[in-house]
Amino acid sequence: MTETAHHRGMWRWLTTTDHKKIGILYGITAMGFFVVGGIEALFIRLQLATPNGEILSADAYNQLFTMHATTMVFLVVMPAAAALTNYFLPILIGARDVAFPRLNAFSYWVFVAGGLFLTVSFFVGGAPDGGWFGYAPLSTQVTEVVRMDYWALGLQVLGLASVLSSVNFITTVFTMRAPGMSLMRMPVFAWMATVVSFLLLFSLPIITIGLLQVFLDRNLGTGFYSAASGGDPVLWQHLFWLFGHPEVYVLILPAMGIVSEVLPTFSRKPLFGRSFVIFSGIAIGFMGFGVWAHHMFTAGLGPVAEAAFSLTTMFIAVPTGVKIFNWLGTIWGGSIRLKTPMLFSLGFIFLFVIGGLSGVTHSIVPSDAQQHDTYYVVAHFHYVLFGGAVFGIFSGLYYWWPKVTGKLLNERIGRLHFWLMFIGMNLTFAPMHILGLNGMPRRTYRYAEGLGLDLWNLVATIGSFTIAASLLVFFWNWYRTAKHGQPAGDDPWDGRTLEWSISSPPPEHNFDVIPVVHSEDDFWHRKYTENEAGHAVTVTAVPSAPAAEGPIHLPSPSYYPALASSGIFVLLLGLVYLPWGLIAVGAGAVVTMWGLFGWSMEPLTREDHG
Amino acid sequence: MSLPQRKGASRRHRRPLALAVLVAGLVLTACAGDDPTNLGRVVDGDVPQNSLNPAGPIADKVDSLFWLVFWMAVVIFVIVSFGLVFAILRFRERKGVTRSVRQVHGNTRLEIAWTIVPAVILAVVAVPTLSTLFEIRTAPAPEDDALEIEVIGHQWWWEFRYPEYGFTTANEMHVPMGRPVYLTLTSADVIHSFWVPRLAGKRDAVPGRTTNILFETDEEGTFIGQCAEFCGLAHADMRQRVFSHPEAEFEAWALAQAAPATLPTEGAALAGWEVFQTQCISCHAIDGTSATAQFAPNLTHFASRTSFAGATLDNTEEHLREWLRNPSSLKPMTPERNDLAAGRVLGMPDLGLTEQQITDLIAFLETLR
Repeated sequence: MTETAHHRGMWRWLTTTDHKKIGILYGITAMGFFVVGGIEALFIRLQLATPNGEILSADAYNQLFTMHATTMVFLVVMPAAAALTNYFLPILIGARDVAFPRLNAFSYWVFVAGGLFLTVSFFVGGAPDGGWFGYAPLSTQVTEVVRMDYWALGLQVLGLASVLSSVNFITTVFTMRAPGMSLMRMPVFAWMATVVSFLLLFSLPIITIGLLQVFLDRNLGTGFYSAASGGDPVLWQHLFWLFGHPEVYVLILPAMGIVSEVLPTFSRKPLFGRSFVIFSGIAIGFMGFGVWAHHMFTAGLGPVAEAAFSLTTMFIAVPTGVKIFNWLGTIWGGSIRLKTPMLFSLGFIFLFVIGGLSGVTHSIVPSDAQQHDTYYVVAHFHYVLFGGAVFGIFSGLYYWWPKVTGKLLNERIGRLHFWLMFIGMNLTFAPMHILGLNGMPRRTYRYAEGLGLDLWNLVATIGSFTIAASLLVFFWNWYRTAKHGQPAGDDPWDGRTLEWSISSPPPEHNFDVIPVVHSEDDFWHRKYTENEAGHAVTVTAVPSAPAAEGPIHLPSPSYYPALASSGIFVLLLGLVYLPWGLIAVGAGAVVTMWGLFGWSMEPLTREDHG
Repeated sequence: MSLPQRKGASRRHRRPLALAVLVAGLVLTACAGDDPTNLGRVVDGDVPQNSLNPAGPIADKVDSLFWLVFWMAVVIFVIVSFGLVFAILRFRERKGVTRSVRQVHGNTRLEIAWTIVPAVILAVVAVPTLSTLFEIRTAPAPEDDALEIEVIGHQWWWEFRYPEYGFTTANEMHVPMGRPVYLTLTSADVIHSFWVPRLAGKRDAVPGRTTNILFETDEEGTFIGQCAEFCGLAHADMRQRVFSHPEAEFEAWALAQAAPATLPTEGAALAGWEVFQTQCISCHAIDGTSATAQFAPNLTHFASRTSFAGATLDNTEEHLREWLRNPSSLKPMTPERNDLAAGRVLGMPDLGLTEQQITDLIAFLETLR
């Protein structure tokens, strides 16, 4: 592969259409926002460390808790999962790239535009302060303050980025699998990425309409959610949670996919009940659309609707339980190597069980009416999203880091990272169960003395700084590995799937020869066979790789995706400051159209790739 | 946002010390101090908003349902985590020794079992859940003789109307012991949620809709709670108190509340009424007088209340004076964005009252017993 002059440096990253580079961009951006969202969380915990905290004003606090959630959901966990999906989905299914490489770049740059746009609000009169759920009519009440316009538009454009990458991933999975890679042979992570893509594709249009209506209510006085104008605030809750609950599974399923890759590898055993795990993931995807109203058990839906959603909520625990038991079945009787990726996956199971069980208690409508909107719920979803999604993602990072960088993260520092994060996580969120049951509502910038909330709040704050310390340890590991990391080799973990069959880091075209797949865990079967007792036996005669094919056509770099998304950023800013912002709307639209037009006229591959 | 500070009392919560406390890991639980928002003085007990300390038959049912599910969850958690830890210890690879492992791909019977068993457990849990749900959501029958109270959420205070007696009060609800109370909730602005944990689960107050809460107290006393749905700037400072009395005492209280106010005829209180008519009348009502506006709490029997400002401040002269000087210094509000014509009230403005006017107003308010 020859590289042209404008293939280097920043320009190379700005114009890349390589799914691996885009994956790295997603990952680094998500990590940056993780720091931002984490600092927001630390401020929140400092404010709540003592009763009547005075570190933050109510106004600042409301901005910070709104942005903490918005950042962590849309700018950290989703892009972190997108990073791993981008990088590994094509490799796992034996493809050279995603189906639409420039669309992939566009998705990333639109995501960046949305993330920056939301963050800009901090510096121009305050960030969104109506909660990440933006309940109307609070979110449509004070229209002269533009904070919630930033929120409505920011989420809208982040949704656009996600829909585009969902289309891309779905097309990739259904059209670009290597020969022999039947759907049921796909690695579970690829499966979960596919389920997530469908979830996003079907749930995002719902919130798109909802956000548009909020924006219109705020700017044109349409009154969709205003009771005085014949609208209904509860309708917003339905639309938001019809998106919002599938979104929960968007956050957790990639982590479940990672765990389903890591556990077999580090147990030297195949995934127990593979098809059960895959089908339970699909079942979760479907059922995830049928439980949304459990977020609304106090809104007065009536006992019949509440009973129905109580039942669906209980029964979504069944496929979730199936996964847990199958994971236990996977490590049972294995040869367990407690490397850092495995520690995070095992930690995931432990913490997710707690979060899952407290989730079942929410389905008990009468007692949920006590727990709803209290710190008990905060505890629950942090066990699921931090103990679950974030631990899963860190498991994936430690697992795939050597493949991406060619260097192994340090094990001892990794263990320190894991234990600090595990202890900090429990120190922070376990006490919140007690706080909630003791009557502490969420989203309160202070609590009075004499409520019996002081001790556990202080403990939670200490825990949050322990988590922060664990993250510093991770960054230290990152830095140290970049400086003096051990070379990983192609297959450091004795891996089972195709990514371990290629070099670390992989070549730009992934595979010299597109692999022909003969079974699930195909790479493992190239290394081992099973004897009559079912034990693994090393294959001695490794078939030599066929000679490389002729020239490989790879998508050319293109600056049009980044250009088009920069126009979207300007357009969004203009929409906030209507009517004079129309000038920016026009300018942004022109730039976007220019980018899209240039993109459509651009030849697919340039000469130098021939 | 700063609270009125008495020397030394709240100082300890300032920033550098809060940080120091963190670092040292010291526990500040015992210092109740003299803070006006210290609710420890209002209610007995260490955890006055404990949702697991029910104070009536309906709350009891919810409580026992919670514990049933809680203990089932604990058993499942113990089994699963024991299995996890056991597997890790038992099957851990010793240093450098790769064990040959049987490649088990699954066990259909086992997998079907662990699909069905949880489903059956959940079906068992569903029975008491649904029966309790329908029980607590059923409106009381006429022969239950429930006391009906209309609850209206406002940013950031609660309005309580007693249609049976024909009066309106704010933030403090009085109820008869041993008699069901049926609340009908709605909101004047955004969504709020009424929650007094020891009495019942929370219920949202939604503009344009009505919702209901049924509860009953079986002990005399004070129960505190707060708004549980994020409702903007002072969400944390939107509190309520419920006082439960024996039936006769409740009747006496209700009859006193239903009586119109008696206006003062002389002295500072009369001067205060004059100030009220120019400064307060566009928002506050006093029954039996020319003050009828409903944007802010009805003050007919203000002096009979133990608290004000969304039940966050004790009803003392000192707090009233501080409040009348500038309400937003005690509770975060944005009265500069009030738009009475559009019905938008986001707090009590700083009226720029003189000290004399404040003294007179307090004298007047104290006559509203």
